[in-house]
Formats: sequence, structure tokens, C-alpha cells
Amino acid sequence: MRGIVSEANNSEAFSEAKMSDVAVIGGGINGCALAYELAKKGVNATVFEKGYLGSGATGRCGGGIRQQFDTEDNIRLVMESVKIFEKMEKELGYDIEYDQGGYLVLAHSDEEKERFKKNVELQRSMGLGVNFLEKEEIKELCPILDVDGAKAVGATFCQTDGHANPFRVTEAYAKNAERLGAEIKTFTEVKGIKKEKRFEIITEKEKMFADVVVNAAGCYSKQIAEMVGVKLPNKPYRHEILATESLKPVLKPMIISFMDGIYFCQHKTGQIVGGIGNPDEPSGINTESSFWFLEKMASTITRYIPSFKNLNVLRQWAGMYDVTPDARPILGKTNVKNFFVVCGFSGHGFMVAPVTAKLMSELIVDGKTSMPIDNLSIERFKKGVIRKEGAVVG
Amino acid sequence: MDDETIVCRCEDITYQEVVDTVDEGYTTLDEIKRKLRCGMGPCQGRTCMRLIARIIKEKTGRHLDEILMPASRPPEKPVPLGIFASYEVGSKNARNCKRSEQFRSIFGGKDE
Ligand SMILES: Cc1cc2nc3c(=O)[nH]c(=O)nc-3n(C[C@H](O)[C@H](O)[C@H](O)COP(=O)(O)OP(=O)(O)OC[C@H]3O[C@@H](n4cnc5c(N)ncnc54)[C@H](O)[C@@H]3O)c2cc1C
Ligand code: FES
Repeated sequence: MRGIVSEANNSEAFSEAKMSDVAVIGGGINGCALAYELAKKGVNATVFEKGYLGSGATGRCGGGIRQQFDTEDNIRLVMESVKIFEKMEKELGYDIEYDQGGYLVLAHSDEEKERFKKNVELQRSMGLGVNFLEKEEIKELCPILDVDGAKAVGATFCQTDGHANPFRVTEAYAKNAERLGAEIKTFTEVKGIKKEKRFEIITEKEKMFADVVVNAAGCYSKQIAEMVGVKLPNKPYRHEILATESLKPVLKPMIISFMDGIYFCQHKTGQIVGGIGNPDEPSGINTESSFWFLEKMASTITRYIPSFKNLNVLRQWAGMYDVTPDARPILGKTNVKNFFVVCGFSGHGFMVAPVTAKLMSELIVDGKTSMPIDNLSIERFKKGVIRKEGAVVG
Repeated sequence: MDDETIVCRCEDITYQEVVDTVDEGYTTLDEIKRKLRCGMGPCQGRTCMRLIARIIKEKTGRHLDEILMPASRPPEKPVPLGIFASYEVGSKNARNCKRSEQFRSIFGGKDE
């Protein structure tokens, strides 16, 4: 990339417009973290965000950070991410409300139990501290949970899983990126991209030239890719979530179930925050709240923790999942030279952002990554053999 | 209003904190809500949102109508989960969800 930059600097044709090494489209956690990692490598990035920072999926998400996946790629990515989260408050100088209360993943059938035991074996072989729990052990770990009500027959638990405040993390990355020289343009929508020798980024306010463009536009990444003729298989799906009033600390781990599609935890502010997926949700961009969700969430969570029936719901909202056919992100190069994608996070893009940003900055600046990400390239969909992540909620 | 006047009672946010946040470049209600948590308390901003919108107006000169357009986040009033839960299972006792002393001693939580 250094080569491209110097070549570009020799040309005079663009001298009247502004130049940036890298244009990042999307000011969510992924765009902001990438701008920071690039800035750390001395590369000048400009982030374009059509709303405010975190106004997409990031500011609406649950903030959960889970290493207990069933594909090696996902496990490894989140394990690396957790290492970064653990040092983040120091590195970025921000309170990100990070809490490693663990994730308790419930199994509801013998079949699921067996599958979870296999997952634990794989995860442990990769160095993750995770255990399989029998019914009695679940009760010990989380006395407030009604194990029978939840119809749980076993569970897995990983103490280093947890959650953080997505808005804070995004802000921490953005402020530090700016401190190191990145430019962040909020309320600036990218309307078009022209590819000539360089990329021309067109917004309502101005034009800008960049050597490299990174598409981190969340559920709009498909549209952004189309601007340069790249086709993405992603589809947007609404996902709803709610928050209750604040309580004393009563719930340590995040509780999730793939069968019920539910997850919830208690944030540091005391609120219980959680969501549940709707298997019949049609694809499309929609951030309306539904009564269906409120009923479904309330009836499920009160089955898990009966005393919550007295708990006041304060608000509910919705955000978009940017879903790929195998529920894994798309990272890396495309067939358009110097146009990169960081999208398709399918409901777990907050937790992997710290590590994907790092890897993408390596790919863009050094041309190679410190961890393999070939399995996550867009090319995999052409080959036709994809391994779907099974451990997804909603 | 002076600097220490509380504008958001639920989350204990002062006039000065809001002014500082606007000065930092956060000029929409949604951003200020996320940054300071004001508007996220038990009253869900019914008390403070207009006050905060007025501060934004003073500082930026934008119109109140334009400032006061945050996404609605139903339910409008705090409602116990049990009501919605029983709604689904169709129980007639759905509305019988008064909090007991015992609930409060375990969980804390304020009644309106
Ligand atoms: C309800 C819910 C709960 C979730 N819970 C979790 C969780 O617990 N853990 C987890 O890891 N993940 C969770 N997720 C998923 C997570 O939120 C996303 O994967 C992640 O935030 C994606 O971040 P991003 O930066 O890639 O995208 P986004 O945050 O969506 O950012 C993309 C940005 O691009 C901007 N944009 C789009 N088009 C343009 C344009 N033309 N010009 C300029 N800007 C543009 C958008 O405004 C947006 O801000 C959840 C998601 C939802 C909806
Ligand atoms: S006064 Fe601000 S949320 Fe109630």
C-alpha cells in the first residue's frame, strides 16, 4: 500500500480535492476500531458516517462478548478479541464498562448436550477455560435461574466471556483514532464511489480521493459494495432487544439459549438487557419495535427467572443484523483492487471488532495478517462449500 | 439555570454536564442520551428531554422540532414483564403483578 500512496502523491490531477490513504465507510465499532488500528500504523484514515457514531447496529447491540462458538475461526477470533478487551481500558484510557461475568449457555436436550460436550472439547483444545455443567452445577453457579423453568438439562460456562458498553467502546476507539490523526466525519453519507486510478468518494458536502476504501457499513454494506460493482450475499434482518429498570447486582453471567433464541444479562448500570430472535422475521431494513417481541421476551425470560415478572421494562428497540449465508463475517479483499470489506457480522460483530480491525489494518498496510483470515474471504461463497456457524442466537 | 441544576433527575445529570457534552460535539438527543444516560431512567425522559433539547437549541441555534425527533422506544411507561408474559399465555390474572416487599428487598428497584 505504501507503493500506491507514493504513486498517488506524484499525480497532480487530484490536487484540488482532499486526499486520504484509506476511506472507511461506516462509523460503527468496526469502522472506528479500524481507523484506530490504521492510525497506529501511521496510515491516515477518514471515516464517513451518515449518522452519529454508533447509530447503526453498534449502538443498538447487547454488547455481549462470547468465545463459546463451534467453528474454530470464530473461537479463535473472539479469544484474540478478549485479550484486547482485557487491556482496552488502559490502552484507550476509557471506562468501557467491561465485565467478565461469564456466559452460561444452556442445553435443552440430550442431543444438544452431546454437541456442547464436543464444543467444549474443541474450545479447551484451543486453550479456552470452559466447562460443561450438569443441572445441579448450574443451580450452584446461578441460583436465581429456574433450571426446570428454563428446561435446561446441562450447560457450558466460560468465565472470561462477558460484555462491555458498545457506545463507549466505539467512542474510545474514535477519540483515540482522532488523537493519532484520523479524521471522522459524522452526518456525512457516502452517495457514490467512483473507481478510476484512485477512488473518488462522493458525499453531499464534498468529494474526496482515497487509495483504499473499506466497506464497514453494516447492513448497508451490500449497497456500498454495489457502488463499485462488488456483489455481497448479505441480507439484513431486524433484531429486537429490551432493557429493564436498574436492580442491585443479581445476575452475574450472561444467559443464552440457542433453542429459545434468547440472551440476557445484567449491565454494570444494573439494568437487565436482552433479546430474543424471531425465526419468522422477514429480511429487510426495519427498526420498528413489535409487540410480538415484548410478549415473547417477557414470557421466556420470566420462565427462566420467575421473579423477573415484577421487573419493569423501560424500553425496547430494534437494530439490524447483517447476515451472511454461513453466519460468519466477510473480511478482506474483493475483486476490485484496494476495495476491502469488513461486514456480514451476523449478530456478533461487536465482540470480534477489536481483532478484525487489527487484522484488517495488517492486511491493508502490510499485505499479510498475523492470523489466517482466508476462510473468511468473500471467495468462500464461490467455492460452494461453507461451514455454517451453529452457535448463533436469534 | 445555573451549572449545578439537575436537568435529569432519574440519572442525576446537571445542566453543566449537558452543556459540556454539546460542546464536545454531541448535538443530537440520541447521542447525548447514550453518552450521559439521561433520558434512560424510570421516567424515560419525559421530565428531561425537553430541557435537554432546549440546551441543544441554545447552543446550536437549531429548531426544537428538529431536535425533538428521537426514535420512539415503547413501552411509554414502565410495565412489569409479568404483564406481557401472562398476556401471551392468556391468563386473566395478567395485571396482578404488584411488587411485594420481598421482591424489593431482593432486587431493590424503585416504584414510580
Ligand atoms: C439487537 C442487537 C443485539 C446485538 N447483540 C450483540 C452482542 O451481544 N454481541 C455482539 O458482538 N454483537 C451483537 N450484535 C451485532 C452487532 O451489533 C453488529 O455486528 C456490530 O455492531 C456491527 O458493527 P459495524 O461497525 O460493522 O456496523 P454498524 O454498527 O451497523 O455500523 C455501520 C455504519 O455505517 C453507516 N453507514 C451505512 N451506510 C452509509 C453510507 N452510505 N455513508 C456513510 N455511512 C453509512 C451506518 O449509519 C452505521 O452507523 C447485535 C445486534 C443487534 C441489532
Ligand atoms: S429525568 Fe431524565 S430520564 Fe427521568
